[in-house]
Amino acid sequence: MKEEVRLMKGNEALAHAAIRYGFDGYFGYPITPQSEVLETLEELMPWETTGMTVLQAESELAAINMVYGGASTGKAVMTSSSSPGVSLKQEGISYIAAAELPALVINVMRGGPGLGTIQPSQADYFQACKGGGHGDYHLIVLAPSTVQEMVDFVGLGMDLAFKYTNPAMVLADGIVGQMMEKVVLPEQRPRRTEEEIRKQCPWAANGRKGLRKRNVITSLELESSKMEVINERLQARYKEIAKNETRWEEIDTADADYLIVAFGTVARICAKAKEIAAKEGIKIGILRPITLWPFPYEAIEKAAKGKKGILCVELNAGQMIEDVRLAVHDSLPVEHFGRLGGIIPSPDEVLQALKEKIIK
Amino acid sequence: MEITDIIKEENKVYCKPELLESEVHMHYCPGCSHGVIHKLVAEVIAELGLTERTVGVSPVGCAVFAYNYIDVDWIEAAHGRAPAVATAVSRLWPDDVVFTYQGDGDMSAIGTAESIHAANRGENIVMIFVNNAIYGMTGGQMAPTTLIGQKTATTPYGRRVDLNGHPLEITNLMKELDGTCYVTRQSVHTAAAVRKTKAALKKAFQNAIDKKGTSVVEVVSTCNSGWKMSPEKANEWMAEHMFKKYPLGDLKTERKYDEE
Amino acid sequence: MAKVQGAITVNTHRCKGCNLCVVACPTDTLGLAADVNDRGYHFAYMKNPENCIGCCSCALVCPDACIEVYRVKVEG
Repeated sequence: MKEEVRLMKGNEALAHAAIRYGFDGYFGYPITPQSEVLETLEELMPWETTGMTVLQAESELAAINMVYGGASTGKAVMTSSSSPGVSLKQEGISYIAAAELPALVINVMRGGPGLGTIQPSQADYFQACKGGGHGDYHLIVLAPSTVQEMVDFVGLGMDLAFKYTNPAMVLADGIVGQMMEKVVLPEQRPRRTEEEIRKQCPWAANGRKGLRKRNVITSLELESSKMEVINERLQARYKEIAKNETRWEEIDTADADYLIVAFGTVARICAKAKEIAAKEGIKIGILRPITLWPFPYEAIEKAAKGKKGILCVELNAGQMIEDVRLAVHDSLPVEHFGRLGGIIPSPDEVLQALKEKIIK
Repeated sequence: MEITDIIKEENKVYCKPELLESEVHMHYCPGCSHGVIHKLVAEVIAELGLTERTVGVSPVGCAVFAYNYIDVDWIEAAHGRAPAVATAVSRLWPDDVVFTYQGDGDMSAIGTAESIHAANRGENIVMIFVNNAIYGMTGGQMAPTTLIGQKTATTPYGRRVDLNGHPLEITNLMKELDGTCYVTRQSVHTAAAVRKTKAALKKAFQNAIDKKGTSVVEVVSTCNSGWKMSPEKANEWMAEHMFKKYPLGDLKTERKYDEE
Repeated sequence: MAKVQGAITVNTHRCKGCNLCVVACPTDTLGLAADVNDRGYHFAYMKNPENCIGCCSCALVCPDACIEVYRVKVEG
């Protein structure tokens, strides 16, 4: 398949991207608002073309453990879900991180807590970036703001996951999952052959071909001294990831009086607010973290220099703001604005909040 | 003939299977059935020539460290999730032979959904189910398969139907599923029983090679530590009590459902 | 008439003294030693070696794969 320009929903784009980036397997369970991912994959029947496996599991729990199994063999595997389903996946995510496996998990967030709402939300920031499952681990968390980024981050997420043998997550809000946009689908990347997988992943448990030493994928180590070494290895890797892979986007931050920090589609609403504000002579710069973990602390600290205040706009009650405050060490006012329960704020509301909370 | 004349390589008729690690001591309690079952799995894999393409999935429970003992590739699954893990391995590596090794907690409590659904999909995997009616690893608590009246750490006065429900015969459920091609219940308490269990495992692994669907081999087992008996008494108790609830023999030998 | 004579060896280091081989033996060949191995287990041994017929029952039921079995046919 050649590169192709299409108009499609973010969720559909995820499915196309999974095939085109050469994934070996997708394991999922339907949940609104991301059921189109599995539906589209089933419709496209990639097992007939690229040979990709697609399976509707009996639960999110089973799906993530299928991902754990597939990742253990060196295959490129993924799952997708939405907030309540991702909560169910946390056990498996912790195991995947502990066993140092590459895998991609997509969360098209809806409002919580509990069963919550099927409307868009960004309330799983803590869950994605601050743990989620048990133990000291991190996911590489990518936050797309366009349908194009939904596609791109499927490929980027997989590449980073394999580079660092660490699970990656695409943390999308329900808006970008449901909205339609023009998107460039990449040229088909061929799936790796079994020989290539064995070469790339000599640690993988896929049969002792050539009677090599056996490979064991486990997260268990009862000896404390060894478990500490494993943890230290993970922490060293997280430092490496933070050093190399922190990503963000800045719009006119240098020449602004105020800074808005927002991720995902909310950053686009804020960009519109910035335009409206400019007409009133209010100069806003926008910083959009692309990797939520590792978080762009230094970039925010730098961008905040000389500003009068920061507004964090999130579809939650104030989660990322904790990291923004850490970044600027109380050197300027940092306030939160967010709508809850699946309500999306308008650009005017954002500007109004900036005026009330920061400009005063 | 002197013993030294008998003990010669050419007269050897039984030895430790090659795939069973010789340097590592198994952590199981003296007399535990797990060791015998491990031995049989190691023998069957080697005899069917599957060493290079077998992936085992170990459970949470006493057999969590199975990967230390049998010299094939292993994945250690979260509690109850072995069949989901095995599903993916089997689907993504269709030439591999994949088996799960699960206890009663793994198969019939926390992993009931994964076990039933993997079997119902007819995944080409072998599910080895070690049923000793108790949670050995955590100190002898009640399992779904614990017998009525049986004393455990969490049923100190004996299991009661009104409090704890009935023993779960999950293998009987497995038999009813169209995805299973072979469902059998065996034991390893006598030499004859060990031979039968080995034959059952061989058939199960052969089914996986032939892609016939899911094979379930339940091994009714003892947990002498958990039962607070000597290994010998535990075998007797098992034969007397367990076999009544979990009778030995084949429950199903062919897949009923034919795809059109 | 040909008679079958057997013998076993026990990996005494590996043996946990569970006694299952002793029970499984149909010819009362085996017993547990008064001695213990380095892990404190009374390991199995041939108490009555002349009884052994090399039937493998002990080895089959041994959970720790400690027993190797040898068998010869002796012309009687």
